[in-house]
Amino acid sequence: MPMTTTPAEPVTPAGPTVPGEPAAVAEPRRRRRAAAGWVLLPAVAVLLVFFFYPLATIVWSSFTEPTVGLANYTALFTDGVSVTVLLRTLRTALIVALVALVVAYPYAYAMTRVSRRTRAVLTVLVLLPFWTSVMARNFAWYLLEQRDGLIDRFFSLFGIDGVVLLGSVTGVTVAMVQVMLPFMVLPLYSNLSSIDLRLMDAATSLGASRPKAFARVYLPLSLPGVVSGFSLVFIVTLGFFVTPALLGTPQQSLVSQVIETRVGDLLDFPGAGAMGSVLLAVTLVVLFAVSRIAKPTAALNQAVDRA
Amino acid sequence: MRPSTAPTSTSHGIRISGVSKVFPGLPRPAVDDVTLDVAPGEFMTFLGPSGSGKTTTLSMIAGFTPLTAGSICVDGEDISRLKPHKRDLGVVFQQYALFPHLTVTKNVAFPLQQRAVPRADVEARVRAALELVGLADFADRLPRQLSGGQQQRVALARAVVYQPRALLMDEPLGALDKKLRDQLRREIARMHRELGMTFLFVTHDQEEALTLSDRIAVFNNGRVEQVGTPNELYERPSTLFVAQFLGESNVFADDGAEVVVVRPERLELHAEPGAVPDGCRHRKAVITDIVYVGNHHRIGLRFADGTEGSVMRLAGTALPAAPGESVVASWSPRHQAAVPRPAATWGV
Ligand SMILES: Nc1ncnc2c1ncn2[C@@H]1O[C@H](COP(=O)(O)OP(=O)(O)OP(=O)(O)O)[C@@H](O)[C@H]1O
Ligand SMILES: [Mg+2]
Repeated sequence: MPMTTTPAEPVTPAGPTVPGEPAAVAEPRRRRRAAAGWVLLPAVAVLLVFFFYPLATIVWSSFTEPTVGLANYTALFTDGVSVTVLLRTLRTALIVALVALVVAYPYAYAMTRVSRRTRAVLTVLVLLPFWTSVMARNFAWYLLEQRDGLIDRFFSLFGIDGVVLLGSVTGVTVAMVQVMLPFMVLPLYSNLSSIDLRLMDAATSLGASRPKAFARVYLPLSLPGVVSGFSLVFIVTLGFFVTPALLGTPQQSLVSQVIETRVGDLLDFPGAGAMGSVLLAVTLVVLFAVSRIAKPTAALNQAVDRA
Repeated sequence: MRPSTAPTSTSHGIRISGVSKVFPGLPRPAVDDVTLDVAPGEFMTFLGPSGSGKTTTLSMIAGFTPLTAGSICVDGEDISRLKPHKRDLGVVFQQYALFPHLTVTKNVAFPLQQRAVPRADVEARVRAALELVGLADFADRLPRQLSGGQQQRVALARAVVYQPRALLMDEPLGALDKKLRDQLRREIARMHRELGMTFLFVTHDQEEALTLSDRIAVFNNGRVEQVGTPNELYERPSTLFVAQFLGESNVFADDGAEVVVVRPERLELHAEPGAVPDGCRHRKAVITDIVYVGNHHRIGLRFADGTEGSVMRLAGTALPAAPGESVVASWSPRHQAAVPRPAATWGV
């Protein structure tokens, strides 16, 4: 997935005067890129057969079944529920990505400033969710968020009663932020660690206070990492099923739950396909926007050149 | 040529008094009670081996590193507790430290924007600064589209465009190859003449120090061994370390707690003791080798007590002897510098 690689390039577009590389250097590079293409072939084949073919079938059937046309889509926008669910899903994904960003940015920054040993500990902490099953993690949140759970009891200590996050979008959001954190921290860390901290000294020597130096120098240089992490979390959250199914309620369900209901209970494949297609369209729009800003392909090319 | 809008600054002096820096966990201070006076408009160089505390001292002046003890004053105002952005000093780093996401123009405009200089003035002053370093045609490039030498020029322009009270440079030529280094060195000398600004320059390259500086402070083990003009340091070193760090020297044991330092150009060679002029001191030696370097010969010597030394002879003059032959080396006491004999480590 291109989103996990952080482009080392700053976001500024290259000027018109990029010096052309000498042919002698460019030639072997091109050959190495071509070679990389062949190595990718098996992966591309697997994707074509097991991912794009079923995907195409779903999209196709959403336009052709039961009758050819946009019936499934007009139904989607007129059934009174689907649009609400879609918007709720988009809003939840946006909030999860935003909250994850706010939590992850200082964390990733801290990772660039601590000793090697502390950094190893911080990395393990962030990766921990990858090594525990999704179900186990969600049940842990279930226990925390339920009535009389740890969170409820904690707030009761301060006289705030009835903080039961279970069954609310807030509860789902909190849990999803935790699950999504690695997808935000890792691209951010890889970007932040490539920023030369002497630039901050330079900026302060030139008359910028620390906050100004951060805003004018550090923040712009970290944007590619922010964009990568944000879009990754946003997209993955869009399709999230387990957390909202377990911690949310049917009244506040998100897209993936509705799709599951349609397929599993109502056997409405084309309707589910239409909903999935809309989700896919949103994802593609986000990916396209990101590729304009963060140039993931540039990072890929650099990786090939360095190899 | 000086652009009409080039910054003209009144010059400022820097006084460093009793400054020390202790890093926790290090056995001795990185900077140990350094006292120095930099005159307004002076080109002062910190010269010393790796780890001698030059960067740490400069960094304390710039405000990046807090002082353990002492004070730093600019024009009598104590700046040692000020944040870096309040000190109004220019800093040039070895690795350029240009902002990679900003064009050359925006890099140079950065300090002016921090000072809320009106937009029209910003444009004129950025152009003047870029002309000063010969980069007016590169205004719209990004740093990565420039060579190392060009990047360092942009860094220089950025560090002087707001007419700081002094310009601090930490090995600004260190990342460049020889030819560029010589070229940029001449440009820095020219900038100093044109701007009249106080320059503080850090290097471990004695040639840079000798050619650029009004005065040099020689650092060793966190202390300043000697401060003086290049000529004073060369002709009148006050410690053996200075004598040996700057140029070559012959070191002779003398009476008491001192040793005598004589520069290779000051030694005369004779076939026998009888030829030594009246009033001159002398030592017996054997010629070890003769090397032709540039426009002179370097004649290697081993003295009777086993120490090594050398003599310089202008190429074209007849050589007095060949390798393996015994000679007598003499010098006038006027040309010797007596320095304290260092503890034990030096076996003269
Ligand atoms: N941030 C720091 N933490 C701990 N020790 C440091 C730090 N900065 C410098 N030192 C130590 O202080 C001493 C002086 O270092 P400094 O960088 O000032 O030397 P220098 O003269 O600039 O050397 P060089 O020519 O190699 O740049 C060294 O022993 C160095 O290891
Ligand atoms: Mg240094």
